[in-house]
Amino acid sequence: MRNKGRVLAATTAVFALAVTAACGTGDDTPKPTEVKPEFNAALTAVFNPSDKKGGTLKMAISSDWDSVDPGDTYYGLSWNLLRLYGRSLVMFKPAAGSASSELVPDLAESLGVPSDGGKTWTYKLRAGVKFEDGTPITSKDVKYAVMRSMDKEVLVNGYTYFNDFLDLEATYKGPFKDKAADTKAIETPDDQTIVFHLKQAFGGFDYFAMLPATVPVPAKADTGVKYKEHVVASGPYMFDKYEAGKGFTLKRNPNWDPATDPNRKALPDAYDVKIGLNADDIDNQLISGDLHVDIAGTGVQPAALPKVLQDPALKAYADNPAVARLWYTSINPKVAPLDNIECRKAVMYAMDRTSYQAAFGGEFAGGQIATSIMPPQIPGYAPTNVFPAGADNKGDVEKAKAALTACGKPDGFEVTMGFRAERPKEKATAEAFQQALAKVGIKVTIKGFPVGDYFSLYAGKPSYRNSPTTGLGLMTNGWGADWNDGYGFLSQIVDSRVIRDSGGSSNLSVMIPEVDQLIDQALAETDVKKREALWAQIDKRVMEEAVILPGVWSKALTLRGKGVTNVFVNEAFGQYDYLSMGVAQ
Amino acid sequence: MVTYIIRRTLGALLILFVVSLATFLIFFGLPRLAGATPETFAARYVGKTADAQTQQMYAEKLGFYDPLYEQYGRWIGAVFTGTEYDYGTGVEQCEAPCFGYSFRTNQPVWEDLLDRLPVTGSLALGASIIWLLTGVAVGVLSALRRGSFFDRAAMTGALAGVSLPPYFTGLMFLYFFSYKMGVTAPGASYTPFADDPAEWAYNLILPWITLALLNAAAYARFTRAGMLDTMGEDFVRTARAKGLTEGVVVTKHGLRAALTPIITIFGMDVGLLLGGAILTESTFSLKGLGYFAIDAIGKQDFPQIMGVTMFAAFFVVVANLIVDLLYAVVDPRVRLS
Repeated sequence: MRNKGRVLAATTAVFALAVTAACGTGDDTPKPTEVKPEFNAALTAVFNPSDKKGGTLKMAISSDWDSVDPGDTYYGLSWNLLRLYGRSLVMFKPAAGSASSELVPDLAESLGVPSDGGKTWTYKLRAGVKFEDGTPITSKDVKYAVMRSMDKEVLVNGYTYFNDFLDLEATYKGPFKDKAADTKAIETPDDQTIVFHLKQAFGGFDYFAMLPATVPVPAKADTGVKYKEHVVASGPYMFDKYEAGKGFTLKRNPNWDPATDPNRKALPDAYDVKIGLNADDIDNQLISGDLHVDIAGTGVQPAALPKVLQDPALKAYADNPAVARLWYTSINPKVAPLDNIECRKAVMYAMDRTSYQAAFGGEFAGGQIATSIMPPQIPGYAPTNVFPAGADNKGDVEKAKAALTACGKPDGFEVTMGFRAERPKEKATAEAFQQALAKVGIKVTIKGFPVGDYFSLYAGKPSYRNSPTTGLGLMTNGWGADWNDGYGFLSQIVDSRVIRDSGGSSNLSVMIPEVDQLIDQALAETDVKKREALWAQIDKRVMEEAVILPGVWSKALTLRGKGVTNVFVNEAFGQYDYLSMGVAQ
Repeated sequence: MVTYIIRRTLGALLILFVVSLATFLIFFGLPRLAGATPETFAARYVGKTADAQTQQMYAEKLGFYDPLYEQYGRWIGAVFTGTEYDYGTGVEQCEAPCFGYSFRTNQPVWEDLLDRLPVTGSLALGASIIWLLTGVAVGVLSALRRGSFFDRAAMTGALAGVSLPPYFTGLMFLYFFSYKMGVTAPGASYTPFADDPAEWAYNLILPWITLALLNAAAYARFTRAGMLDTMGEDFVRTARAKGLTEGVVVTKHGLRAALTPIITIFGMDVGLLLGGAILTESTFSLKGLGYFAIDAIGKQDFPQIMGVTMFAAFFVVVANLIVDLLYAVVDPRVRLS
């Protein structure tokens, strides 16, 4: 009996430990009061406005992004977040509603001054701006930042806009390969002035000046790919602690002078960013108030979605912002019988657009049914619907059959559709195509490919997708704008010159010489209104060719954390403006 | 005994070698059969906008143009002798045991593994103590009171425990105890033991219980079955005939013999766990080896996948070795030779 008692005692002790620990300190601090929450309250206005400073804003994300180095990052959430510690020449206005699409000067005194017909752009830096160590920021620091960001062999994650547009010397190698490297493509006549010389006129250069690559970097502190371990701050916050893949904390930068910065309120005293949290747990923590912001900004998980939509108290903390992203299907004109435009039209008419929307999660989590390529928030957007899918958007069978007859395939045809196997929404899209097109006799065989190889080996590789044996007639695809502008949205998916034999391009089906010419025309146009009209024209022209079937313009159901002030959606990012939030005091 | 240990150690090394070769072939050999080229391997290390030239440069730099056996030889050689990696703006020394270098995070994999080990170790330690004690205790009591209400209730509970996956129980525990009642720590809470032992235990209690629930249930069933078998054996009857108390019969004779298979499973489980409790770590957002593995797989970071696989295999092999040696201690019928 004595031994049996010991076993029981040990068991009891373990449970006692569990119970004791479970009764540990809970946070009994009363939650601060805030204005009455409402659904979509932060969509076009500032929710819970406040200028009170203090507190720590708690942020989290389920999966790490590429880098916190401003010269090496290509994620929208990262561009949104890094404005806390970095200042680019120009930025999107931190304002609610469509005002956030407006570019305003940040490190520069004003927007760029074009000359030489749009081939030269000049910016003057504000006086009194400093790095976190108190060193004055000069135009040379901005030049160095742009120069380093162009070395794609070292900083692999960024974009190539500067590489493609700056009038670089053929021998230019960049500061990582040659410390003394210099280029006349960027001139710094004095410490306050920076001049960019382009190969060709580009009317929208201010968008380039908005890119994080123009966040100044002191050359002496640059450690290449390891610079992310200690980015030198020019914004109101600086890194306090950085743990790769786990998270970081930001604290106030004592050398940031609010007098030099009309765009930032800098309300919280600190930021606590956790990386790699369970996605469902993030939703639960947002609901409970343990977390303020899900940095991903892509919305709640499927598990929380019905809960949020059905519970009015929870829904009041939700917003449904639109993101400048299109989920679509490329229709390959290089695969028979889709090389005949009438057969492509049959697909356009027959597809049930509501099932496309359902595949992506419906109206709130998926998005709005798209009728063209450019999302409505892109300046210049002109509503167009070249191939209406019937009054109820479920497909126009009559017009589809007529197109099939015109194509010489009145009984339909067979086609293979590729999708990324690890993406359930794309698989559901492919299945939706199977069902919808079967109504007019088009038999769709669906084929999943590994996401990592989709563009490099299969759909993105012309020799594979156009092959008579392995050809893919339909391919799920998606694209988000680098910024809300026709060039940012369209250039990589409708310009035929980005297609590479080696694979990798997102343009899988658009090869229209007229569109390429229109793109060049739009690039050189410095008149904003005329330029925007050209992007709308390109959008319509591509649609007429029936090589892209638009699915949904993306939307997300996001949650505002409890106890957060000054919350609004910045349309430029399609996310909450991370620069402006505060913590209720 | 010494010969036995040497023989088993050599066997363990052979297993590790086979595991490393198999893992290498799965990630570097099989994709080639599916059409992957050195450039497509390199594409995983460069950005979205990289052109063919950059991909070729990276393929060259990472040695993807070399024959597979050379690539493998380089990897295994670095484990023993170390190597250095050029990350573009400098050279990083990767001391032995060098398990590769992640060009995505720009860190030697070994450093990352060591960084994650305390989290997984803490999780494994607490959870294994809880499940072993509760599982064995409940199993013994159930066996001794076979058919009683306690036995039936415990075995039904055990069935439920085995059936419920940690990502369900973990999220439920978090929801009720952390977010509704506020008595336990929220997800992603971890404090090193050396910093604050009480906080360490407070933060880990839910992951411990979640993980322990799964295994305790299984252990209770194993122990019950083992005890029922051994309590009917001749040597137990002999022990009783000698006039020993029931307590001594149960613990010194019955339980000791019944524990042998439990120790085997326990060793395997702890070994596996030290390689990473993927579901529990992911549910509670603990940055241990399991989370590291799943993150590496998701991002197709081959050096990290290789490293964590070898690390996990090492723990399983070592745990098995220890278990085999412990047999002789626990069960007098076993002699090592």
